[in-house]
Amino acid sequence: MRINRLFYTRDFRTFSKGFFKENTVCCQLLGLCSVLAVSNKCENALAMGLGVIFVLIISSLIVSSLRRFIPIQYRIITYMIIISSLVIFVDQYLKAYFPEISKQLGPYVALIITNCIIMGRQEAFAVRNPLRYSLYDALGNGLSYTYSLLIIASVREVLAFGTFFNIQVVPQGFDKWIVMAMAPGAFFLLAIYIWIFRRIARLQPEK
Amino acid sequence: MELHPILIFVAAIFTHNIALTYLLGMCPLLAMSRQLNTAVGMGIAVILVMTLTSIINWLLMRFVLIPTGSEIMSYLVFIIVIASAVQLIEMLIERYFPRLQNSFGIFLPLITVNCTILAISLFMVLRDYTFTQTVVFALGSGVGWCLAIAIIAAIREKLMLVGDIPDGLKGAGITMVIAGILALGFMGFSGMVSIQ
Repeated sequence: MRINRLFYTRDFRTFSKGFFKENTVCCQLLGLCSVLAVSNKCENALAMGLGVIFVLIISSLIVSSLRRFIPIQYRIITYMIIISSLVIFVDQYLKAYFPEISKQLGPYVALIITNCIIMGRQEAFAVRNPLRYSLYDALGNGLSYTYSLLIIASVREVLAFGTFFNIQVVPQGFDKWIVMAMAPGAFFLLAIYIWIFRRIARLQPEK
Repeated sequence: MELHPILIFVAAIFTHNIALTYLLGMCPLLAMSRQLNTAVGMGIAVILVMTLTSIINWLLMRFVLIPTGSEIMSYLVFIIVIASAVQLIEMLIERYFPRLQNSFGIFLPLITVNCTILAISLFMVLRDYTFTQTVVFALGSGVGWCLAIAIIAAIREKLMLVGDIPDGLKGAGITMVIAGILALGFMGFSGMVSIQ
């Protein structure tokens, strides 16, 4: 009974809206550059996803708690300064503790700054909602971005390298699909993923 | 090894196209590619801003950030430069070329969050380009991005007339498929020049 009631609270609805109904990748079509570019290996995808979740949550909390003080005409530049300071932190952390992953991700870590998901959530939600709901919204959106990235990355890594999180999963003699590790494979898989997701979620087709 | 500027220019357009090889600038590529006219307008705006900001960022990096040992702040500086350059260009166009404003001005605010612009400055730092190399690289990347969005928009315009696409693929999905086929085509250029 308790759990049933949970589904109707505003907290849960805010979370699930970002998590499934308005999935960042499939419905809002935001942050696609990094989805395409980083999804060639699962470990890169996981590192990127966690980085985005971290930046999204902290920046949402800061913007939401400062929302009465941010002047309306300078809000974009304010978001940018907050976001890029957080991204510098993530970048330095990765460089120090996971130099291998940091090298593979290259400039894409810094490109979290211009990832439209983060800017979009600040502008659409955090700047006019209280702290608690901004947290749930950031969490839902960040998680939906991460699972989309991981789904695409797991298919691409198995087909392109024959591994899953660097563990060999396909038998010997499997022909590797090199094209899956490159740009065209990313485009085709994302198209298929969007197609399947829209089918399941029964979304209205775009014009 | 010192790379010749012409080599970098050709590579940035064809073999290392910023949209189709590095997969950057996808959000505007999806949103602005419905019509050829708007796509080309956006492309020209990107070329302009990209070249200008990369020049400013190179100068700042070389003469301010490196001498003071504050390379760690580079992301913050780059993004502020980009945001203010876009604002400045917008004001200049409004003041001196009011006729351009209608066709061109609407794209400018969107460019601030276009990841290609920031990416050019980041690649320039990663690869240690000289001043000429940076200018040529930025110009070539801009032209390459403009080419990619123009081709996609042209194909989408024709596709609208046929209009027999499954519901789930309409819009974003079919654009991804077009971009994928285009990327396969551009892979044919690889081997023409190599810059790595």
